[in-house]
Amino acid sequence: MFQVRIHGRGGQGVVTAAEMLSIAAFLEGKCAQAFPSFGSERMGAPVLAFCRIDTKQIRLREPIAEPDVVIIQDKTLIGSSDTFGGLKSGGYALINSPHDMEGAPLDVSAFYIGATELALQHVGRPIPNAVLLGSFAALTNAIKIESVIAAINAKFSGSIAEKNINAANAAYQQTLERRV
Amino acid sequence: MLHQIEGAQAIAHAVAMCRPKVVCAYPITPQTHIVEKLGEMVHAGEVENCAFINVESEMAALSVAIGSQASGVRSYTATSSQGLLYMMEAVYNASGMQLPIVMTLGNRTIGAPLNIWNDHSDAMSARDAGWLMLFAETNQEALDLHIQAFKIAETVGCPVMVCVDGFILTHAYEGVDLPTQDAVDEFLPPYNPDVRLDISNPCAMGMMVSPEYFTEVKYLAHLRQQNALKIIDQTAKQFAQKFGRESGGLVRYYGDPNADTVIVAMGSVIGTVKDVIDELNAAGGKFAILTIVSYRPLPVEEIRAALSNAKRVIVLEKAFALGRGGVLAQEVELALMPFSGEFLSVIAGIGGRPITRTLLRQFFTQETYPEKTTFLGLNHKVVDIMSRME
Repeated sequence: MFQVRIHGRGGQGVVTAAEMLSIAAFLEGKCAQAFPSFGSERMGAPVLAFCRIDTKQIRLREPIAEPDVVIIQDKTLIGSSDTFGGLKSGGYALINSPHDMEGAPLDVSAFYIGATELALQHVGRPIPNAVLLGSFAALTNAIKIESVIAAINAKFSGSIAEKNINAANAAYQQTLERRV
Repeated sequence: MLHQIEGAQAIAHAVAMCRPKVVCAYPITPQTHIVEKLGEMVHAGEVENCAFINVESEMAALSVAIGSQASGVRSYTATSSQGLLYMMEAVYNASGMQLPIVMTLGNRTIGAPLNIWNDHSDAMSARDAGWLMLFAETNQEALDLHIQAFKIAETVGCPVMVCVDGFILTHAYEGVDLPTQDAVDEFLPPYNPDVRLDISNPCAMGMMVSPEYFTEVKYLAHLRQQNALKIIDQTAKQFAQKFGRESGGLVRYYGDPNADTVIVAMGSVIGTVKDVIDELNAAGGKFAILTIVSYRPLPVEEIRAALSNAKRVIVLEKAFALGRGGVLAQEVELALMPFSGEFLSVIAGIGGRPITRTLLRQFFTQETYPEKTTFLGLNHKVVDIMSRME
């Protein structure tokens, strides 16, 4: 089982990110489960969302305590929330930050990308979720970028879908070029 | 066809395919997504001849459903938590008037203290209200149970509450198989009651009943509930034949057929328990789980048959009666009497506290149990601090 935990704040599309990730995996013929853990339901409050991907039916309903990947949509959560808690050795931390930061465990691959900047450039709004999924596809190879694009199309339509797809593609290319 | 969608959407699609004529509801977390989606579908003309009625409260929501159902049309509503409490007077009226309304309960705890998260306290508050109550394990089962619920309700002449764990299921995306409209139409015939409010053929419903007949009326309602055991079982079998998958029914047994320890539970926690049981049994354990799908009526005979040879029964539930303990535990213990094995009650997952494999594994494999009732994962440090503050 491949497990992803997404950290962010209300209004950043954290829950939608997990949902799109599950749709992308589903479109590749896998079983996937996405679910949120809401705190207080308001803009700016910390929000967690989870996604499990497997080749067989997923029965487990507990929150993900030992993720293979953490996606951190808001870097100000590092330090105040247990963003890296339980992250598996050899796993990935994908962090929305235009520059490298301290704090990620040494036994994981940390990757930093200015997802908010890319979202502002392509979508015109500071919502980094689709950008980070594009980067996720390049970084982990767990899902294909084509599936991410299909998932964006499943959740959005018209110019919003198109702009988010452009943003995800840009992040995908940038990640391919920069990843170690 | 398989779709990766939210539980709430799966339920909305299932309800729409049952062709309700009236949908009315008042929003409350975590039920809201279900009726939002239904509202969209009705507005887009995807549900034929259906009225989506906006109301000002839950009391009004169920009262409208009572009125429309009494006039002879299939009616649906949904709520959670405080919303169910607020409509409670109408909840008893719907069953007392034998109106086969279907209602989704997106299970959420009851305040105070305010808490929006999942447990079964809301369902337990309606356990004696005369509704049939079915609990879903997965979103596929939630979808399937709604299709079965209309058929069961209309066959028995009793409303059905489909209980679906809030957030854990309602807000979870997973693969669900949406049946075709044709298949649902073949399974669920149009609603055509013998008795209905009709101005050209007047009758009265819900009249006052004096002491000389009241016991008889209630006794007949009790018999109808007991008869519903057969209907629920039959409907699940018909469903399996038609749609090719097992969903619903009275109880389900999973694990070692000769288990020493049998866990009893309802709802979405079953999947996590199954994972733990598989792991323990692979290491030589003898564990099983009995899933209660039909909580009302309670299938006492099936529970006794499944548990009577167990050395230990553990009832794991997301609700309890303050001052007394587990609610389902009391009912299962009574069903088992006389029981020579060890009987344990576990209160877990209340107010949204996660029920994890680690906690379950530790509890299931304990050498001895000092207390008959355990609050799983209780933080004694927090209890000490809070009790000093009181």
